[in-house]
Amino acid sequence: MKVNFILNDHPETWEVDQNEYLLDTLRANDITSVRRGCDTTSCGVCTVLLDGNPVPSCSILTVSVEGKQILTVEGIKDSAERLSVHMGHHGADQCGYCNPSLALTVYAMKQEIKHPTEQDISEYLVGNLCRCTGYKGQEEAIKLYLEEDE
Amino acid sequence: MSVINKAIPSVDGKGLMLGRKGYTDDLAERNSLIVKVLRSPHPFAKIVNINYEKAQEVLGVELILTHKDFKRNSFTRAGQGYPEPSPHDKFVLDEYVRHIGDEVACVAARTEKQCIEALKLIDVEYELLEPVLDFEQAIDNTNLVHPEDGIYEMFPIGFEPKRNIAASYHMEVGNVEEDLKQSEVVLKQSFYTQAQAHAMLEPHTVNARLDYQDRLVLYSSTQTPIHVRRILSQTLEVPLSRIRVIKPRVGGGFGGKQALHGEMLVSAVTLRTGKPSKMIYTRQEVFESSCSRHPMRFDITLGSTKDGVLESIDCKVLSDTGAYGEHALTVFMVAGSKVLPLYNKVKSVRFYGDVVYTNHTSAGAFRGYGAIQGNFALESAIDMLCEKLQIDPIEFRDKNMMKEKETSPIFEIMGEGTEGTAMIMESCKLEYCLHRGKEISGWDDIYPYKQISPTKRRAVGMAIAMQGSGIPYIDMGSATIKLNDDGFYNLLIGATDIGQGSDTVLAQIAAESLGCTMEQMIVYSSDSDLTPFDTGAYASSTTYVSGNAVYKAGMKMRNMLLDEASNVLKVPKEQINFDGTTFESSNQSITLKELSNRLYYNEDQKQLTATSSYVGTKSPPPFMTGYVDLTVDTETGELEINNYTSIVDCGVPLNTMLARGQVEGGIVQGIGMAVYEEVIISDKGKMITNDFLSYLIPTRLEIKKLTTEFAISYEESGPYGAKSVGEIGIDTPPAAIANAIYNAVGVRITSLPITPEKILLALKRKDEENE
Repeated sequence: MKVNFILNDHPETWEVDQNEYLLDTLRANDITSVRRGCDTTSCGVCTVLLDGNPVPSCSILTVSVEGKQILTVEGIKDSAERLSVHMGHHGADQCGYCNPSLALTVYAMKQEIKHPTEQDISEYLVGNLCRCTGYKGQEEAIKLYLEEDE
Repeated sequence: MSVINKAIPSVDGKGLMLGRKGYTDDLAERNSLIVKVLRSPHPFAKIVNINYEKAQEVLGVELILTHKDFKRNSFTRAGQGYPEPSPHDKFVLDEYVRHIGDEVACVAARTEKQCIEALKLIDVEYELLEPVLDFEQAIDNTNLVHPEDGIYEMFPIGFEPKRNIAASYHMEVGNVEEDLKQSEVVLKQSFYTQAQAHAMLEPHTVNARLDYQDRLVLYSSTQTPIHVRRILSQTLEVPLSRIRVIKPRVGGGFGGKQALHGEMLVSAVTLRTGKPSKMIYTRQEVFESSCSRHPMRFDITLGSTKDGVLESIDCKVLSDTGAYGEHALTVFMVAGSKVLPLYNKVKSVRFYGDVVYTNHTSAGAFRGYGAIQGNFALESAIDMLCEKLQIDPIEFRDKNMMKEKETSPIFEIMGEGTEGTAMIMESCKLEYCLHRGKEISGWDDIYPYKQISPTKRRAVGMAIAMQGSGIPYIDMGSATIKLNDDGFYNLLIGATDIGQGSDTVLAQIAAESLGCTMEQMIVYSSDSDLTPFDTGAYASSTTYVSGNAVYKAGMKMRNMLLDEASNVLKVPKEQINFDGTTFESSNQSITLKELSNRLYYNEDQKQLTATSSYVGTKSPPPFMTGYVDLTVDTETGELEINNYTSIVDCGVPLNTMLARGQVEGGIVQGIGMAVYEEVIISDKGKMITNDFLSYLIPTRLEIKKLTTEFAISYEESGPYGAKSVGEIGIDTPPAAIANAIYNAVGVRITSLPITPEKILLALKRKDEENE
């Protein structure tokens, strides 16, 4: 069946199966920045922004996004690039598998919470697991990224 | 201008943040057949019959493979140097299944749905066998995990499958039993460490196709592309020259991708169908069907004088390798060889025991590689001895531990699967690390504990650790540096970046050796057709071993450039100064850009390429001290880790930020092993913790503060003074945390993970004893 939605500010109409998940649809259509990590919505690497809210695309049926706005990291390029500069300077770049999803969640947090505290940041991003960095370098980079916009 | 000992951003950081294609599945052919595996629901069984007629009829199914489709070539998935120190005890598919999740058959179909439907229709008749599920009951059990013929060791490793022993080992310096009889103070204690899962975020992923030269080309999320190529060739009997293995970006490994997983079946499917195919492990498969850390039991006896001179260490170990013996012997040996030399002044030391088969998911390589297990046991025991002696644990370590310019006889005796290599600690700042950690961790204010509320105690604990830097005389790294027109370079390396940042660090070494910027050094790694030989990312080898190869190639290229400049400037090369950009003699100069354009387009035309390789002649250990500051709630048993202070001697940290990332990532995995993580297998052999809801890795809420510093240290044999830093970070948290809990509430937890339940139970027992 057909589904219409806005992907990174472009209107799209795609032919999908009724029981297809958004993660599989996006990857099949070459949006490979959205990734599979866990199958149980626990790790965060499949995150997309659905009408601005971070959601795990591995558990969203593609047909359910009819008429909605989807953002992947390709749609927030400038923001992700600025975050990457800080990540690079704080030793927060390791395998990078979770980085596009982290950039999306940080972007959503910035819209949602003004002046987040360290605890706010940890809580908001708790679903973005990272097995490489130990988290602290990431959080330093995120703070600088947020301050930059103020 | 130097690019060494700086915070240089990763060469791939921006591209990966922007979601550019790079990981294995991003690079699969779009019409790849999907390959899925039918996995055993039984911990131990013999397959009597497999009927897949109905499955074959499912639309889209192209191929079904069972053990009958493969020649019985036993191999090891371990992904180590050749000949391997792991037993050849695995078949691509076998008539036996040895753990829940073991491979029974595989289906290749056009879509995932077709694949799953076909898997359901395969009818397998099993003869159920009695499994071995308690590793302490494995030896000489009447049930044999490997009763079959055709399995063997490549050289003596103590392989006795008819006793359920995958490997065994014994070493002794002096006479431990005699010395212990004479010791004034003796401490005896057993410790248990658990299986830990790597939990890298990218699952095991592989895809294959035949290229236009009819060669098999694999993209694999692996730590060991060269070993993958060799093992595929040997096992599937395809000439090495017909296989190309490319390792693209890898979403974390930590040892979990050293071994081969989907490569065999995907290759078999593509070779037989001629079609591209791919496999992505589900997270359940990553947990149940890849590998985890070897669980171990340690029986430790320490002997010392009353005034705290450690005289003897006795260490008997039992290790559980699960269904297959990958890394059985080598992980076992590292539990001794990278722990016991910390106390190098003892008169006698013994380390011995067995690695046993069980019907558990196989164990394998995992960051720390035995050292974290051994460190928990020994560093806990040392604190217990200090308590018995009433001596300060830091003072005791200061007196008994390894110092610079010293050695240990263990280095010569114990290698990884073979004899070791004698070496003097040319760089060892452990003493500095010990005192600096004490100074900045709040030790003096808190030790042993502070009561901060009626039910909460804040305490400190610490441990010391060492690791290695590669496997001397075995593992080789190589590098090729190619000069291009316009004066920039390609660095081609076999070394395997799995997210740790080795592409960046090795490019830094190359850039430093040639005096150029990072932008002029274009790095490409891990493609078996295009990059030179390198055994891969394991054993903390990349910076030291591959890095030395890069340094040598850089110096060779520099020399070649000076020869060419000398030819142009008509002066001996000794009289030319090259700053990375310009060659200058007393009265004339030529830029690198001009020289290279001349070489490629105009005069003396030739391609300049320098290749070097390096094999370590020793494995200089990095050292560290870990100091934990934590709070224990005596009512709930809950722990809060307030700060973890790491003082690390890794020689010169070539990239200060990436080195910090290695240490802190390791610390958090070590904290995970100490207090949160445990692969739990039921008494029926079923892994209960097979997803991220039941297997809990630390989230950012658990990690309050990490303090990481590097000692000023220079390892003469390392590239620009470097030793390794990839594994050392993981080693100290289990012992440091156990020691801090003892300091807090006076209970000694001797099995990992240290859960609130264990703390409460121990507190209850202590109260009962006091009554």
